[in-house]
Amino acid sequence: MSFKPLVLLSLLLPGVAGASTFMPPAATVTAGEVDSVYAFLLITSLISFIILIGGMIFFVFKYKRKSATDKTAYITHDHTLEFVWSFIPFLIFMFVFAWGWKIYHDMRHSPEGALEVHVMAKKWDWRFLYKNGKEVTSGLDDKGQKAPATMVVPVGKPVKLIMASEKISAGSTDPMDRPVLHSFFIPAARIKQDVVPGRYTTMWFQLDQPGDYWVFCTEFCGSGHSAMKARISAVPVADFEKWLAAEGTGEMTLADKGRALYSSKACAGCHSADGTRVVGPTFKSAWGASRDIEGGGKATVDENYVRESILNPNAKVAAGYPAGVMPTFAGQLSDDDVKALIEFIKTLK
Amino acid sequence: MATATAHHENSNYLNHEKGLWSWLTTLDHKRIGLLYFITVALFFLVGGIFALLIRTELYSVGETIMTAEQYARVMTYHGAVMVFLVIIPGIPAFLGNFFLPIQIGAKDVAFPRLNLLSWYCLLLGAGIALTSLFFGGADTGWTFYTPYSIKHSPAVICMALGVFVAGFSSILTGLNFVVTTHKLRAPGMTMNRIPLFVWALYSTAIIQVLATPVLGITVLLLAAENIFGIGFFDPALGGDPVLFQHFFWFYSHPAVYIMILPAFGVISELITTFARKTIFGYTAIAYSSLAIAAVSFFVWGHHMFVSGQSEFAGIVFSFLTMLVGVPTAIKLFNWMATLYKGSINLSAPMLYALGFMFLFTIGGVTGIFLATIATDVHFHDTYFVVAHFHYVMVGGTLMSIMGGIFYWFPKMFGRLCNDAWARVSFVFIFVGFNVTFFPQFVLGSLGMPRRYFDYLPEFQHLNRISTIGSYLIGIGFIVGLITIIHGLLKGEKSGPNPWGGKTLEWTTASPPPHENFLTTPVVTAGPYEYR
Repeated sequence: MSFKPLVLLSLLLPGVAGASTFMPPAATVTAGEVDSVYAFLLITSLISFIILIGGMIFFVFKYKRKSATDKTAYITHDHTLEFVWSFIPFLIFMFVFAWGWKIYHDMRHSPEGALEVHVMAKKWDWRFLYKNGKEVTSGLDDKGQKAPATMVVPVGKPVKLIMASEKISAGSTDPMDRPVLHSFFIPAARIKQDVVPGRYTTMWFQLDQPGDYWVFCTEFCGSGHSAMKARISAVPVADFEKWLAAEGTGEMTLADKGRALYSSKACAGCHSADGTRVVGPTFKSAWGASRDIEGGGKATVDENYVRESILNPNAKVAAGYPAGVMPTFAGQLSDDDVKALIEFIKTLK
Repeated sequence: MATATAHHENSNYLNHEKGLWSWLTTLDHKRIGLLYFITVALFFLVGGIFALLIRTELYSVGETIMTAEQYARVMTYHGAVMVFLVIIPGIPAFLGNFFLPIQIGAKDVAFPRLNLLSWYCLLLGAGIALTSLFFGGADTGWTFYTPYSIKHSPAVICMALGVFVAGFSSILTGLNFVVTTHKLRAPGMTMNRIPLFVWALYSTAIIQVLATPVLGITVLLLAAENIFGIGFFDPALGGDPVLFQHFFWFYSHPAVYIMILPAFGVISELITTFARKTIFGYTAIAYSSLAIAAVSFFVWGHHMFVSGQSEFAGIVFSFLTMLVGVPTAIKLFNWMATLYKGSINLSAPMLYALGFMFLFTIGGVTGIFLATIATDVHFHDTYFVVAHFHYVMVGGTLMSIMGGIFYWFPKMFGRLCNDAWARVSFVFIFVGFNVTFFPQFVLGSLGMPRRYFDYLPEFQHLNRISTIGSYLIGIGFIVGLITIIHGLLKGEKSGPNPWGGKTLEWTTASPPPHENFLTTPVVTAGPYEYR
């Protein structure tokens, strides 16, 4: 086979498969890495396509039937050739697999000290809650059209989202009003994560370019699915701090609200905040600890563990503590109350 | 008529018995195949109309011809009808039913009564599923993801039970094919002499028998949750919504291979006949079908990379998915190599086969974009995925169904379709397909999510191109349908072997007699002996 097409291709490719062909501009380091894999796949795909389909078309013309009695070669197989065209794709697949794995690993592990924002999804809107109690929701613009909620984040700082799905109206007892799946997708950051009812899911990103970015819901959630959008506005750190402290900030921080609930809901009766052992495990230094569970196994004290322990206390009882003592707080604490308690426990270093 | 043959020799499966009742109670695999043909063609028409409605709605930003609520239903029925009632039964139950027994020299399938029952299961399942339209229609998408699908709605319950019943059609057909392939081969027809279409159907049948029950159980659990409020998947009742996704894809990913493996088989037949050349790498193609069938059970988690499943699970599923790419690449290279030094006839069935290779290669390489976990996180649930699976399912399976119909039409009916018109249908479908779905790769890369009723204004341009392409596909299928009807009524008499094929179906009369062969064939060589 002539190698001319390949030479031609190698000249064309930098133009055809620039790092972001067909992709929106990359706004994060991770997005740039994803685009590199993408460019590699695009180039190898084009080459494979040209070999396969170019070969097919070449053969079709070269070996077009000339008479009704044409004799053809009787070629049944060729082990060398078959090995080559099995093994080379295999190597390419393993290479992109490993490359994809590495980037995915980085996507899944947020750096220490990321700014944490709680994200709530419902049919069909997004809501953002910052730790200082500031809440961002969708509103109406000048023309009375729905304006999507805009999450403001600092440029160049990692942001971690703790995401939950909730009912349309928090106090609803309508059995049809149930939280459903959504998915938080930032095309410019090349990341998405499903928002799953009944637990928290997390994702992180670090926008390096100031600007406004789209957020789409990518899990079908009903007729308002395509209208379920949000904006992310990345601004310089100083502007972000100013915005965060500006009006609209909640009356108290999430952690303070959690501390108030800790007293008013009588958590303090069994769980100390200073390390002393009462009935249940202390909250001091609990966050992030790995805990032995009654009946075997371990659990890390994270958002999902705390949430489960509040709503279903006997699911994972800490070893050495009595089971069946703590009542469930499901129905007594709202979703936002649970988040406040989580933020409070996080502060008890 | 110059030929004055005895009535006995003119007897074939079509005139062996007469009347509607003889068709509705037939145990002849060929007649059951044709019953499936009519059924699947009707459902294809229904699913196709839904598809054109979707594309018309998406022609412009905002509400074009229907509301968002109606759109959600149209999208659901397009997916469910096309997957469960067209593509899954399409090749195996229609072409497979007709030709698997003939290709191995058998008189019928092993269990003719189960074969007929399978057709009634499909009809009943479809009937139950479509009853949901009278309850306002299901709007969950064909994937029925929980908890959205838990709404105590009769429509969702009908859909779930319909899919459950239709599943038995698939299981019974698969069971029949496995047993028939093992037990009813003609003397001398060893396992390494069976045609590659049979190998493909056999591999498919294994998946049908092993995976479909899981879907059955899953939709039953979903129905139970909807009817009785048992908390399998609803977190409010202690269930796990992600568990549903595991169950669903444990069937529905292997089901993707139920849809595509038979197409591979058809293509192997078409390429050898129209290149008049023995297949390159018979063993590799046969075993790669089995390999795909085996690995297909362990890749379901690649639908769930962003569902919240563990990082470790994501990596394992990404790795296993890559392995599917290898046997798939092997097949494409083998078909290309078969063309080398052949004698290539570009009749309509061959054009469909070459079109298949073109489209399936694009579908295949974009599959690697999705198997690579880092890029999948971006592409997941965007139009990139929609484009990818249409390139595989429509570009692959439907192209091969069309090629297979035009290839075996003379055998089924003893007449030829007009080849020029069949080629016109190919040109419309092939060009229209690329115009429709290639822009969707770009839309997905730009970030347009799937199942979108409305989109940002900057996506309108590509959506318009896509919609226009879908009309071209529609025209292509109408031309194809007219060509087929014309062939049935006015087609030239074909004789037993118009294409010069070497497999056993071309040794018997067209149309074949009631029990396929007047005397049981004795096989002394492989299936593609073009020397």
